[in-house]
Amino acid sequence: MLRLILVFCFEKIIEFWVEFSKQNTTERGKTVETKAAIQLKNITKTFGSVVANKDVCLTVNRGEILSILGENGSGKTTLMNMISGIYFPDSGQIFIGGNEVVIRSPKDAFDYKIGMIHQHFKLVDVFSAAENIILGLKEKGKYDIKQAAKNIKEIADKYGFEIDPNKKIHEMSVSEKQTVEIIKVLYRGADILILDEPTAVLTPQETQKLFAVLRRMRDDGKAIIIITHKLHEVLSLSDRVAVLRKGEYVGTVNTAETNESELTEMMVGKKISLNIERSEPQNPQDRLVVKSLNCVNREGVKVLDDISFTARSGEILGIAGIAGSGQRELLEAIAGLQKLDNGEILYNNPKTGETDNLRDKTPMQIRELGVRLSFVPEDRLGMGLVGNMDIVDNMMLRSYRKGKSVFLQRKGPKDLAEHIIKDLEVVTPDANTPVRRLSGGNVQKVLVGREIAASPTVLMAAYPVRGLDINSSYTIYNLLNSQKKNGVAVIFVGEDLDVLIELCDRILVIGSGSVTGIVDGRTATKEEIGLLMTKSNGGGQNG
Amino acid sequence: MNGTMLITFIQQSIRLSSTLLLGSTGEMITEKSGNLNLGTPGIMAAGAISGIVGAYFYTSSSAAFSPLLSILITLGCCILGSLLTTLIYCFLTITLKTNQNVTGLALTTFGVGLSNFVGSIINQRMGGTGVAAFPEIGKAYRTTLPFADKLGIFGDIFLSYGFMTYLAIVIAVIVAFVIAKTRVGLNLRSVGENPATADAAGINVDRYKYVATCVGGIISGIGGLYYVMDFAAANWQNNILDQFGWLSVALVIFAVWRPNIAILGSIIFGALYVVGPFLLGLSTKDQELLKILPYVVTIVVLVIISMRDKKENQPPESLGLSYFREER
Repeated sequence: MLRLILVFCFEKIIEFWVEFSKQNTTERGKTVETKAAIQLKNITKTFGSVVANKDVCLTVNRGEILSILGENGSGKTTLMNMISGIYFPDSGQIFIGGNEVVIRSPKDAFDYKIGMIHQHFKLVDVFSAAENIILGLKEKGKYDIKQAAKNIKEIADKYGFEIDPNKKIHEMSVSEKQTVEIIKVLYRGADILILDEPTAVLTPQETQKLFAVLRRMRDDGKAIIIITHKLHEVLSLSDRVAVLRKGEYVGTVNTAETNESELTEMMVGKKISLNIERSEPQNPQDRLVVKSLNCVNREGVKVLDDISFTARSGEILGIAGIAGSGQRELLEAIAGLQKLDNGEILYNNPKTGETDNLRDKTPMQIRELGVRLSFVPEDRLGMGLVGNMDIVDNMMLRSYRKGKSVFLQRKGPKDLAEHIIKDLEVVTPDANTPVRRLSGGNVQKVLVGREIAASPTVLMAAYPVRGLDINSSYTIYNLLNSQKKNGVAVIFVGEDLDVLIELCDRILVIGSGSVTGIVDGRTATKEEIGLLMTKSNGGGQNG
Repeated sequence: MNGTMLITFIQQSIRLSSTLLLGSTGEMITEKSGNLNLGTPGIMAAGAISGIVGAYFYTSSSAAFSPLLSILITLGCCILGSLLTTLIYCFLTITLKTNQNVTGLALTTFGVGLSNFVGSIINQRMGGTGVAAFPEIGKAYRTTLPFADKLGIFGDIFLSYGFMTYLAIVIAVIVAFVIAKTRVGLNLRSVGENPATADAAGINVDRYKYVATCVGGIISGIGGLYYVMDFAAANWQNNILDQFGWLSVALVIFAVWRPNIAILGSIIFGALYVVGPFLLGLSTKDQELLKILPYVVTIVVLVIISMRDKKENQPPESLGLSYFREER
């Protein structure tokens, strides 16, 4: 009996002590900073061997708009996903209102009043705005969609949104959908709002409206984080700017005390020498003349806006631009895979000396002319290769029509596969291994190798070094260089400005679907290109 | 067709429609959660044979026969049997994320086969006459309201059925209401439409899928039980239920995923299925041809909804797809 009482007392003491120490830490936490809505300390996140965020520190205050600026792949979205509970950091601390918190799921983030508006809307198409907004809420009382609609109207009026709660999502414009997303997080009482490239899908007028709303929210005491790479928006909207570069935190500056060139320099960094070989173009001739291409995508957004340029033989033309500025549509248009609204693509055939308009041709005919596209999408395997087929079969995808009998002839493609494996040092057990089992770099070598093997006259390589290590990247650069020496007109779409500057003879910069400049690769600076990339001529771009 | 025949025809149609209505209401709940359960015929067969097993043990026990108890026991066995069968499907497709079509078809083969096997055993034990019959239980299921036959034609058409016909309609109406007008229904629909969005909104996707599929499976299973106990008057016959299972799946499409439309649709399907013998002078082959009509009608409905392209009438957007959370 006595023992029981003793144990009981002991337990009580421990309980009390735990409570006490908990209170103590909160007290201490609170004294650190009361103004800060959210604070990040040394956040690190890796995906496999890729470091997405390294030791990032960040503070956002109440009643403030903070912009997070950075190039593609600088880790902006990953960082925000950690705050909103989609990823979990490998190390580092998150403080909210001064208290350290652990955010394990989107639900945890809601509980801490964090709301994220994703670039890709998370909405149910067949639901009305109101249904989407109250989805998943555990409100007490009767399910009353009319009352919800009334509450939504109130929020909308407070901040100046325009919304029809009963309109179905699939009948809405992109900007209306975004409004629904924002109200969704406000309806849940969010104090900290994160917007991932909110203006990427908006027209200039819609952008202005959004900014007005955001400013009103800021004045209401909310903390707002906006991810963007449009410099003028950063300057016009935010109070402070935090810059990330290649996953690392560069610094935070007050918007009032900075300017475009300083921000660009922070964003792109100092030039790094890569020592990529670059020969002088030999006897360049106009191979591909693109004249005022226009293209409107399915959502009615103008993805290509009056694009004109010339690609010459024996030269590498680089295309720089923020992801989704129209690169994919442009290349697909040349390859005949994208419908154009107007414009023409003239191809000077070196064999016959004739000039053809590629717009009148099928993708197959364009390929036969020697215009080859190798596009490495974000998921790497999505375009061009079939993961479950082996290297030989993937070679055959391009040549099976040439077969003379009804049976497939594997001899030719097999020789080609062996040839590519040997020349490009593809690491694979043999030519009959499914492509899906190869590492990313080797997959890309197979993809680029196959297109080169057809001895093209125009070679378009989009992101061929995406996700590759340094050595594999150099193998690809050498491949492109050797094609250039063979008199091929090479079009290279890249993400890394350092590489573009060292590899390309000329660099075409596109922003929001239009050409913002064409610079010489030998004289251009990163800042110059960075500024051109972020310059937008109005109009929309796709996410 | 004279007047008496017409009334018998209507009665037969409505009797059969109850099986189809229960089967498709169950399948609709399942499909609203994004699970395409092609195992429904198997689950209906399993539910029915579970009821027969219950009936066999109850009638062969020494207890005095009570109609109410016989209904409760067979219904309880049916619920248990169809739940267990559905749980196989749930575990495979939701937890292990296997392909739903393959799993569902395999489950149909399994459920029908198992019910034939068990049915044969019971038939053997009962003397091997080819059918396993429990006339008292059939009578219990077919009990109508005491005054139903005194109300003339009205009574014949509307009140001449066992309780389960009305239960089927009540269940369909309740399910339609829950799906369209409650928070649970909203969450369920979001899981079937866009599970990633539902997940981000804090809805437990797997739990909704499990519960919806299990509840759906039980309701479908009761549909199977109804056919055996009421329509067939508690006579078990091998290989009879899977065709009604497939009709139920077709009815889901016909009713554009709305249980309230399925009430009418099931009667149309039932009528098309039983009309043959009532059309005098129709040869057997033409009667068989008539039985195809529900499927033809379903295809026509599919063509119409795809042409009208109205978003609300489409199947749930992620129907048939497994949901993986970590996709990068």
